[in-house]
Amino acid sequence: MDFLYYAYAAFYQFADAFSFLVLSGIGLAVIFGMMGVINLAHGEFIMCGAYVTVLSARAGLPLPFAMVCGTLSSGLVGLVLERLIIRRLYQRLFDSIVATWAISIIATQGMLIVAGPSLEGIKTPFGSFELGGISFSVYRAMLPAVALLLLGALYWLFVRTRFGIHSRAAMQDADMAKALGVSTNAIYSKTFGLGAALAGLTGALYAPTMTAVPTMGSAFIVQSFVTVVVSGADVMLGLAPSAAALGLIQALLTGFHGQLIGQIGLLVTVILVVRIMPTGISGFFLRGSGSK
Amino acid sequence: MLPNLSGPQTLGKGPLFWVLFFAAVIAAAGVPLFASSFAVSNFSYFLVWTFMAMGLSLMWGYAGILSFGQTAFFGLAGYAYGVISINWGDAHGLTWAALLASLTLPVILASVLGYLIFYGGIREVFVGIVTLSVTLVFETFMAQTAGPEWTIGEARLNGFNGMSGMPALTINFHSGDLIFDGSPFYWLLLALVVLAYLGLRVLVNSRFGNVLVAIRENPERAEMLGYNIRFYQLIVFTIGGFFAGLSGAFYTLWGSYITPSSMGLNAAALPIIWVAAGGRTDITAVLVSTIALTWVSQQLAIYGSQYALVLMGIVLLLVVLFAPNGFVVSVWRSLSKRSFVREAADPVRKFTSAAD
Repeated sequence: MDFLYYAYAAFYQFADAFSFLVLSGIGLAVIFGMMGVINLAHGEFIMCGAYVTVLSARAGLPLPFAMVCGTLSSGLVGLVLERLIIRRLYQRLFDSIVATWAISIIATQGMLIVAGPSLEGIKTPFGSFELGGISFSVYRAMLPAVALLLLGALYWLFVRTRFGIHSRAAMQDADMAKALGVSTNAIYSKTFGLGAALAGLTGALYAPTMTAVPTMGSAFIVQSFVTVVVSGADVMLGLAPSAAALGLIQALLTGFHGQLIGQIGLLVTVILVVRIMPTGISGFFLRGSGSK
Repeated sequence: MLPNLSGPQTLGKGPLFWVLFFAAVIAAAGVPLFASSFAVSNFSYFLVWTFMAMGLSLMWGYAGILSFGQTAFFGLAGYAYGVISINWGDAHGLTWAALLASLTLPVILASVLGYLIFYGGIREVFVGIVTLSVTLVFETFMAQTAGPEWTIGEARLNGFNGMSGMPALTINFHSGDLIFDGSPFYWLLLALVVLAYLGLRVLVNSRFGNVLVAIRENPERAEMLGYNIRFYQLIVFTIGGFFAGLSGAFYTLWGSYITPSSMGLNAAALPIIWVAAGGRTDITAVLVSTIALTWVSQQLAIYGSQYALVLMGIVLLLVVLFAPNGFVVSVWRSLSKRSFVREAADPVRKFTSAAD
């Protein structure tokens, strides 16, 4: 029996790392895959989702509704910023990335001025369970399932819906899609909003497990970069295997050598992966199949 | 050598520009004669950052390599000077040896990382992501070194609170020590800034600089013309790392302390802001904007660093949206159009500004 407990504990570690990587990268990956923009304000959308969730939960809203509020508000902010700023920079990739960095700084420091250094948190729901003397949080044990569900939902969105077909067309060949009557600007705008909303959802999901501080986005940022760079441009194809592989590496290194070595391991993996597969896992899968 | 001080890759030429330049240098050198020691220390602080900014300008503005993590080299050199100088002490001129040793580390890191990046085929935005990740991991690493086990020789790394107590640069004479703090430190920095500035002007106007601009404009074309673009990119990346290291070592010398947050996300954004605001394609513009913006930040920091950072974020946003060539470069060009500042019509400039 003891062996089973340890096996579960190891699996829990891996699944925890996997879900953290998927959730921290998913919003970034959607935007990067569609527009090529690395959204450096990604962490601040996460922060926005977490803040709204915490505040509305403390105002008396049930937690699931509070999370929906967090997700929607972050998505809304994303839509507004896209309209005001990002849209003007579509032809200038570096500038649009630098602009998202500016947004990130303004959001973090502005929040520090407006709301102070930290927010009184909310309790992690569902308590914990115990196996073989090791205690696990029920809530965190559920997050991998949520991550998988979210990946499934995105798959459905991009494969089964009209929006998905149009957006994949725009991703593959924007000019051709435009010629066929797809409004690529509308697609970009919706995609940016979707990416921001997904980041907000990540913030909402992790809000009960961590303290909401203005700089909380930076806790996610390295992991999100790493997942997306390894995944490559095609979210559907790359994100899950990338998070699984990186999650395994991180769980093993963290388990044996501590958290820091886990993070350094991720970084080294990225540099090696990009060396072998410059377009990430999805690019590697697609190589030779004729599509871009 | 000398003709290269002016050329197609730099703004400013002719007697008027150089007269103004020497006047500015002499005025700057005269500051300690009538300013308070507090003001001199502040002026030193502004100068400290210019190396990192000019290095980034060379990388981003001239060679088209946007690194988001120059602070990794800054922090490495800053910490290296701290660790080495605390161990070696300030006798026998060893502080200068510590300075040199601390500058070799960022050069080594930059050449190894640059090799992995450019020979590994990492391109465009991924260069920024990899370098930013490096500096953030470096910050995380230094922040967790609080325990007593993190001691190198006699130097405690001291985790999140940072290191302090390193000796200033010292020349040991028989009659006594000449310690480089206050005015001597400022003069040393000023001399180095002038040297770095003129050196970079010569570099970017040389054949090397022309190749860099060719790579920035179109890497494939430059490669087809027979240039080993990876090698050029690696060299530029290493030079940029060296300059960031120079800033880091002198930052440690300036305040006799260094903390992990000097490698964090906010710190990493600042060089990008200074360079973008001045105009990344010109060393002079970057020099001016770096000094001006660090001055403004410092004025605002009295109320709290968050106000200064919000303003820097707004500056970056405005510059990207409304003056993509940078404020200083834009103003300069509109002045020279009115032939207020002498500048000959320049086909290369015209071409590059049209391509921006």
